Amino acid sequence: MGEPVIHTEQLTRTFGEFRAVDAISFSVDSGEVFGFLGANGAGKTTAMKMLTGLLLPTSGKASVAGFDVFSETESIKKNIGYMSQRFSLYDDLTARENIRFFGGVYGLSSSTIKEKSEALLASLDLLAVADSRLSDLPLGWKQKLAFSVALLHEPKIVFLDEPTGGVDPLTRRRFWDMIYEAADRGITVFVTTHYMDEAEYCDRVSIMVNGRIAALETPAAMKESFGVTTMDELFIRLVRPGSGETT
Amino acid sequence: MKEWSSFVGFVIKEFYHIFRDRRTAAILFGMPVIQLLLFGYAIRNEVQEVKIGIADLSRDAVSQAITDKLLSSGTFVLVENLKSPSELEEAFGSGAMSEAVVFEPASGREIQREGSIDIQVITDGSDPNVSRIITGYTASVIRDYLSEAATALDAPKGVVPVPLMMFNPGLKSVYLFVPGLMALILMLVSALMTSISITREKESGTMEVLLVSSLRPIQIIVGKVVPYFLLSFINVVSILAIASLVFGVPCRGSVLLLMVESLLFIMTALSLGMFISTITSSQQVAMMISLGGLLLPTILLSGFIFPVASMPLPLQVISNVIPAKWYLIIVRAIMLKGAGFSVLLQETLVLVAMTVVLIAASLRNFSERLQ
Amino acid sequence: MKTAVQVEGVTKTFKTLTALSNVSLSVHEGELFGIIGADGAGKTTLFRILCTLMLADEGEAEVLGLDTLKEYRSIRSRIGYMPGRFSLYTDLSVEENLKFFATVFNTTVEENYELIADIYIQLEPFKKRMAGQLSGGMKQKLALCCALIHRPDLLLLDEPTTGVDAVSRREFWQMLGRLKEQGITILVSTPYMDEASLCDRVAFLQDGTILAVDTPVGINRLFTAPLFAVRANDKHKLLTRLRSYPYAGSVYAFGSSVHYTLSRATASIEELERYLLESGLQGVTIEKIEPGIEDTFMALMKTDNERLHG
Repeated sequence: MGEPVIHTEQLTRTFGEFRAVDAISFSVDSGEVFGFLGANGAGKTTAMKMLTGLLLPTSGKASVAGFDVFSETESIKKNIGYMSQRFSLYDDLTARENIRFFGGVYGLSSSTIKEKSEALLASLDLLAVADSRLSDLPLGWKQKLAFSVALLHEPKIVFLDEPTGGVDPLTRRRFWDMIYEAADRGITVFVTTHYMDEAEYCDRVSIMVNGRIAALETPAAMKESFGVTTMDELFIRLVRPGSGETT
Repeated sequence: MKEWSSFVGFVIKEFYHIFRDRRTAAILFGMPVIQLLLFGYAIRNEVQEVKIGIADLSRDAVSQAITDKLLSSGTFVLVENLKSPSELEEAFGSGAMSEAVVFEPASGREIQREGSIDIQVITDGSDPNVSRIITGYTASVIRDYLSEAATALDAPKGVVPVPLMMFNPGLKSVYLFVPGLMALILMLVSALMTSISITREKESGTMEVLLVSSLRPIQIIVGKVVPYFLLSFINVVSILAIASLVFGVPCRGSVLLLMVESLLFIMTALSLGMFISTITSSQQVAMMISLGGLLLPTILLSGFIFPVASMPLPLQVISNVIPAKWYLIIVRAIMLKGAGFSVLLQETLVLVAMTVVLIAASLRNFSERLQ
Repeated sequence: MKTAVQVEGVTKTFKTLTALSNVSLSVHEGELFGIIGADGAGKTTLFRILCTLMLADEGEAEVLGLDTLKEYRSIRSRIGYMPGRFSLYTDLSVEENLKFFATVFNTTVEENYELIADIYIQLEPFKKRMAGQLSGGMKQKLALCCALIHRPDLLLLDEPTTGVDAVSRREFWQMLGRLKEQGITILVSTPYMDEASLCDRVAFLQDGTILAVDTPVGINRLFTAPLFAVRANDKHKLLTRLRSYPYAGSVYAFGSSVHYTLSRATASIEELERYLLESGLQGVTIEKIEPGIEDTFMALMKTDNERLHG
């Protein structure tokens, strides 16, 4: 699959005594759909923040889209897309205004923005409601629009932080169709989720436990090597070998 | 009895919030002291070291004597001896001086002959306040000289008024500001703290849980007021201590009475904060109303800076609903005039009435449901 | 069987948005009842009406035999409510939060400790920690303890497992099971379909309308078409090929397979397999399966397009 677009070696981040991310090493290939799983507080968010250039690592090495996470965070930000369940678009702007605004943020020219926004609205079947406020749209549409907006500047990698939280099962699947389409265009998708069935939609998944990567494999190989039939079982086996939470 | 224990539990929880959030504690205790010191030192009407230019076209004993008298007062500093009045404009424009005194030629002869004298006092009108004060001051120095000269010459006699400022003979502005600041600070801190603490619970969703419990609205409201009431009392004591120790403002009346009246005013402010919190749902709006909506009226309409009597009628009427106006009257009367309770009955009753109305309105407005 | 919650024709609108539209359901005493629906389906509005925080525009709601409009005070002291957002004091410690909610309900932690004992024991090591510093799963356990501390007859839990990882979710549901054994009626909402099978009965909610109310097994009977699980090496290609198959009914990715229905009862599986192999897919397997809750819910749902344009 060519050059890795994300590559980390012994990447570590500590907060005081606490090792939030503890020497993780992995690579993600271009066009791959990479699932990044873990329990609450396992260090996923901290790792994501380092990879998106929002947080400086304590030690180790990492490059994203060919740029170093220590010294080239600005270039990283220009070459990635980001979408989270919590922050994505402005509810009090219309779909068209959101696209225009984020296009501007990503440094696209106004003619490009105009062209892209029409194509995008058409492909999402949103032309009829393009000028009504986003707050009037169903959540599923907003998520799809947010994903498209995150891809507006054609980044090499898109980071999706629980993109389908709270979304109904139909819309979740529509969303995954979009993820696959993006991956087919060569965009690397780095996604976190709490839905274990979604883990199976990924090319490879990693499971973080207490700041370390406990497993990294294709879903099928992972299930086989642990001798379980569902990702759910696998996750519980890894995250909670005994009982009682470890946070 | 059980209701009582759940109420105590509520109050204890409020104290945890206050002491764990450093910002709240800082606003509650730091702001009053810092504001009082800042305002106390910064806002003063006395002017010092006024830069003055003198154009003495007369050059005789009289003009010299007046000049000496002006410069020896300590208020004025000579920056320039002007040769002709034409240099004035440039000197004022560059800000080199704020006042110029021009003696017409032959002032000395004129005073001998007519008992009067032409002196022109020019000030920088771009700051009218300072301008007015220094003009008045210059005039009084000259008047002083004239009366001395008149006695010496045994010339014209007239009626000379001797003013006496009762209660504040030195007309110290700090006497004016300390009571005003007490009103302002207690008003803002109390109203701000209560309105924020309730809207914070609305924002964080904890109010939802409190509503779906056995707590009654009155328990929630009183439970919010009591901690701030107790803490504001500490503020009153510290403000009074600073007023007397740092600024030397006397308390001529009963300190106890002043304390009781201050607590009453705090109660009014807390109820106002409570009322604000019942009509808003976000901390931001509550803060804007308590700061923006209370700050200016309290400064401008309470008689703190501008006398109520000189306001246009509509504003005078509005000023009656400003609690600080009534408290200001009370504080000035007790601290400076040594007045007793009997004189202040009316103002006290107004504050009591306002408090009762605000609490009643808060209780009525306090929604037991989300809407 | 006595009724713990009775809702009759409840409608609630906010300006132009209809949050609930003519909703009726009843929950029996001692039941673990699930409201399943996505964000914006109206779950929170329904819960707020039941815990007397909101009034319905139309219809009636009774909780524990009491009217939500007139007898809201009695209802409030007898229910335990956990709002969707984390609603404890983040600047109070675990212990202080619990104590506070105990005093608010005129009781003590000791008095009802055995009810929360097996949940609280997991929190005990962190009892001095500020609630704001707990992990997602721990926060929910603490919130559950606080909602239980006055031994309510009915628990109303609004999305207690949203944003919580799979392990903590499982633990949380085990706790609900034990509470149910103690005779507490539980009404819980969730966007996770897999949690529906853990309830005695469930109601599907979409856009303020109830699509179905039944036991998990009963719900699945609503799905009548034969369902197949199709597997191949390339998931995305499999999905697109299946969709373009002339007799395709529904095509949804499900974990490691694709759930598939045929639009024509007579269409043959062998034909489909051949079609897929001809498309260049490898490792193709097709097996007939029983529908799950999620299959049924999707079959009952309106599509996004219908919702947006119709």
